[in-house]
Amino acid sequence: MSQTAQSVREDGVIASVSGPVVVARDLDARMNDVVYVGDEGLMGEVIEIEGDTTTIQVYEETSGIAPGEPVENTGEPLSVDLGPGLLDTIYDGVQRPLDVLEDKMGSPYLDRGVDAPGIELDTEWEFEPTVEEGDEVGRGDEVGIVEETVTIDHKVMVPPDALDEGETAEIVSVESGSFTVEETVAELDNGVEIQMRQEWPVREARPTVEKKTPRTPLVSGQRILDGLFPIAKGGTAAIPGPFGSGKTVTQHQLAKYADADIIIYVGCGERGNEMTEVIDDFPELEDPSTGNPLMARTSLIANTSNMPVAARESCVYTGITIAEFYRDMGYDVALMADSTSRWAEAMREISSRLEEMPGEEGYPAYLAARLSQFYERAGYFENVNGTEGSVSAIGAVSPPGGDFSEPVTQNTLRIVKTFWALDADLAERRHFPSINWNESYSLYKDQLDPWFESEVSDDWAEKRQWAVDILDEEAELQEIVQLVGKDALPEDQQLTLEVARYLREAYLQQNAFHPVDTYCPPEKTYLMLTTIETFHDEAFDALEAGVPIEEIVDTDSAPQINRIGVQEDYVEYVDELKSEITEELRSLY
Amino acid sequence: MKEYQTITEISGPLVFAEVDEAIGYDEIVEIETAQGETLRGQVLESSDGVVAIQVFEGTSGIDQHASVRFLGETMKMPVTEDLLGRVLDGSGRPIDGGPDIVPEERQDIVGAAINPYSREYPEEFIETGVSAIDGMNTLVRGQKLPIFSSSGQPHSELAMQIARQASVPEEEDGEGEGSEFAVIFGAMGITAEEANEFMEDFERTGALERSVVFMNLADDPAVERTVTPRMVLTTAEYLAFEKDYHVLVILTDMTNYCEALREIGAAREEVPGRRGYPGYMYTDLAQLYERAGRIQGREGSVTQIPILTMPGDDDTHPIPDLTGYITEGQIYVDPDLNSQGLQPPVNVLPSLSRLMDDGIGEGLTREDHADVSDQMYAAYAEGEDLRDLVNIVGREALSERDNKYLDFADRFEAEFIDQGFETNRALEETLDIGWELLSMLPKEELNRVDEEFIETYYHEDASDADNTEAEATAD
Ligand SMILES: Nc1ncnc2c1ncn2[C@@H]1O[C@H](COP(=O)(O)OP(=O)(O)OP(=O)(O)O)[C@@H](O)[C@H]1O
Ligand SMILES: [Mg+2]
Repeated sequence: MSQTAQSVREDGVIASVSGPVVVARDLDARMNDVVYVGDEGLMGEVIEIEGDTTTIQVYEETSGIAPGEPVENTGEPLSVDLGPGLLDTIYDGVQRPLDVLEDKMGSPYLDRGVDAPGIELDTEWEFEPTVEEGDEVGRGDEVGIVEETVTIDHKVMVPPDALDEGETAEIVSVESGSFTVEETVAELDNGVEIQMRQEWPVREARPTVEKKTPRTPLVSGQRILDGLFPIAKGGTAAIPGPFGSGKTVTQHQLAKYADADIIIYVGCGERGNEMTEVIDDFPELEDPSTGNPLMARTSLIANTSNMPVAARESCVYTGITIAEFYRDMGYDVALMADSTSRWAEAMREISSRLEEMPGEEGYPAYLAARLSQFYERAGYFENVNGTEGSVSAIGAVSPPGGDFSEPVTQNTLRIVKTFWALDADLAERRHFPSINWNESYSLYKDQLDPWFESEVSDDWAEKRQWAVDILDEEAELQEIVQLVGKDALPEDQQLTLEVARYLREAYLQQNAFHPVDTYCPPEKTYLMLTTIETFHDEAFDALEAGVPIEEIVDTDSAPQINRIGVQEDYVEYVDELKSEITEELRSLY
Repeated sequence: MKEYQTITEISGPLVFAEVDEAIGYDEIVEIETAQGETLRGQVLESSDGVVAIQVFEGTSGIDQHASVRFLGETMKMPVTEDLLGRVLDGSGRPIDGGPDIVPEERQDIVGAAINPYSREYPEEFIETGVSAIDGMNTLVRGQKLPIFSSSGQPHSELAMQIARQASVPEEEDGEGEGSEFAVIFGAMGITAEEANEFMEDFERTGALERSVVFMNLADDPAVERTVTPRMVLTTAEYLAFEKDYHVLVILTDMTNYCEALREIGAAREEVPGRRGYPGYMYTDLAQLYERAGRIQGREGSVTQIPILTMPGDDDTHPIPDLTGYITEGQIYVDPDLNSQGLQPPVNVLPSLSRLMDDGIGEGLTREDHADVSDQMYAAYAEGEDLRDLVNIVGREALSERDNKYLDFADRFEAEFIDQGFETNRALEETLDIGWELLSMLPKEELNRVDEEFIETYYHEDASDADNTEAEATAD
């Protein structure tokens, strides 16, 4: 979190303490100011002002804090530090780097009252100017580049609030060389000095020129997502599901394989070990687009379930502000928030301590507004510096009892355009990812088809429709089967069920833990579908030619469809398999 | 230390008192009643002039003349290795007639959160000797894996079996040597009878020596239950991370813990969350469950097996629901399987161990472990589904393939799951039984198993015999 020169304001004293909520008296503060509470200087934020009492949510544990202790105001809103060093880092909910905290605290436990800047202040970066003295620049314009990681060139920009909209200024000095993030790398003729480090209040969206219709998919390497329910770069998606249904695994898969430039992963009120897993795995795993370690494009924010509730409320804002910063550089950023329900619950907890009027199921009345403000910050944008960039936002939702009618799921669905519904029944039978294909949808499908048609195959949409139709038919037939058994169906319908089984087992299922199957490029997704279609066509021909269903179902080649997923050289495999299936089925008549 | 006789209100487990000094949030309080009884409590809310105190032992006997002392510190647990072998009450006071505990340290019972950066990812297989767990829902060191049960089910037997049998295959490099195994048992509101079962088992197997037992029984104060697990976990963390023990924590019954939370919430007139439980119950439970784990550079580990009885055997009830959202999987004890006499009556289908994937496989357990487990899940699920259909259409109406799956499901329960509470099965044996069962199915059906493993482990004759048999009947 940001540590700015503190403007002098009147300090106050604590009047009462109840969990994460502290009330102070005589504090001269504005809404959302960051304050330091008590003798230990715990970080907090002003969330309500009434007369001379100020209510503060405290980002650290408040045990032992007593009335009468001082409260000190920084006079600054909750902000993040932006600049090189954000990537390959893990933060808590108020952007304190967890490795630095471990160091400073000298303990594996999170102590309190320790602050740390969001980006290293004494690291020197090699700055390469991309402007010259005499150039005119506007707000947001790039003035130079530093290599932040092997993957990412960090664009040093004129802060968006340094100049007014449309205003330009002349570069009077700019130098290449090694600089810390606080040293000036360029100067404008209006006196503005540009450093690599910027600051931005987390609750305020960074400015843009306009939001555009997204037309490129965020390719995930997950068959059911790319194939049936794609999300756009700049799109929004929700993954609701009961516990253990695969929200986190899906989010991790996206973080690993989505073809975004930058990944911001927000672990909001979830398990510590899940974050540890990411910290362990990502430096080892290869980014499929560049071959570099995944951490080189990733920033993690971890406010686990046992960490202070107020910081859980702020962590999604910290995440999306960092995402917007890279978007401004012209990058495609994908943000995963696991789980937005924990964020909503943090709002509820704070709200109830404030004794606000509760809305539906105790959530504050502003729940819907907060959710939509958050997802509104996602999108495909024209940036203030003329570049284009995107923020895709994918939120897990953890509905109580797995019941999607609850407020967080419902309010989220009203905003997001992609819905990946996880299903406990599928998870129970280890059908993974357990995304229910009847309930899920993507409203981006049509606008993304042209991309898939030009990049993969011109009948992409047609094939998808074919698969969807078979699955729909299966759903209807299953209802009959439940009553009378499969053998009572006419043979052609039995065959449709068989085709649908391959769609479910080979195409819709994908093992995240298999080294090959875990990532499936769109070409492979497409080829798998066409293989199943080959089986479908040949099998129906055979049936028409009078071959009994038992024989068609009992071929040796068709079950190989289930092995396409684990093939590395899938093109060859699929080619051979298609001809084997054709040959074998034709040999039956 | 100042004494106050300023109690203004008594409400359920809460006492409100006026004070003229600064009292810290969460601070410990002693209340002495007119009868000379000393009760302990904790500050729940502290404002200028007034504090709300939650009294662990309940407020009966307190009146406005009782005197209130603030101890100036938050609740501590005296810890020492000498706790091993001891039986304590729910607040950590010895009740076994043994010597006083001479603490090496006194630690705050509200443990600070482990920095996620400092954790070590749990991936060391614990062999419990129970096939339903080892084979299908593998437990690893540092995991939190609750048992979801309901009243009257043999969850305690299962927990005891795990505590008795749990071992970790020898580490080759001899690292980890000197790390001993310890069990910490935290009872919250269970009956004396249940508690006795545990104690007898501990004594019979000599496990008590390497155990610490905390007892809050059904007739002990309910509010005390909110402290018991924190005492337990503080002790566990101390033994694990300072004394290198591999600690297995059994907490039973979490449902009683949650009821106590609800009671306090109601007394404070808080806005209740779902079904009357406090809105912060998720956070509160997380602060307990997340104290399981491993820490980089420390030898020991804290593994948790919390037991909870689901009200109405309904896993969407807030207690199991919130637990499932925090823990790393869950083991379901199933009343139907229990009435069929299966021991342990574990329903593997809804059960899950999320840390299994990283704890098993080549070099850890066996190369084919993940595939076998996956395939058995799928096959058992399919057989289970077909059972419903059989009830309607009869077995004859089903295809040969379907009949094989039905047989699989039956034998899976009889041979794989129903091993008895006293049998300790090695993992090899568990997987071998798995292969025996999978070999009932034609090879082509094993689409979740790597072809290489089918080569190695599939029992050709079993399926041949099956096939000829099937063909014979088909003829
Ligand atoms: N694509 C997948 N491939 C293989 N296994 C999967 C997949 N998705 C989920 N699983 C299995 O399901 C388990 C639970 O998944 P996950 O942890 O993602 O659930 P969740 O929905 O995040 O639950 P919670 O709400 O409790 O966090 C995983 O540990 C894994 O075993
Ligand atoms: Mg999860």
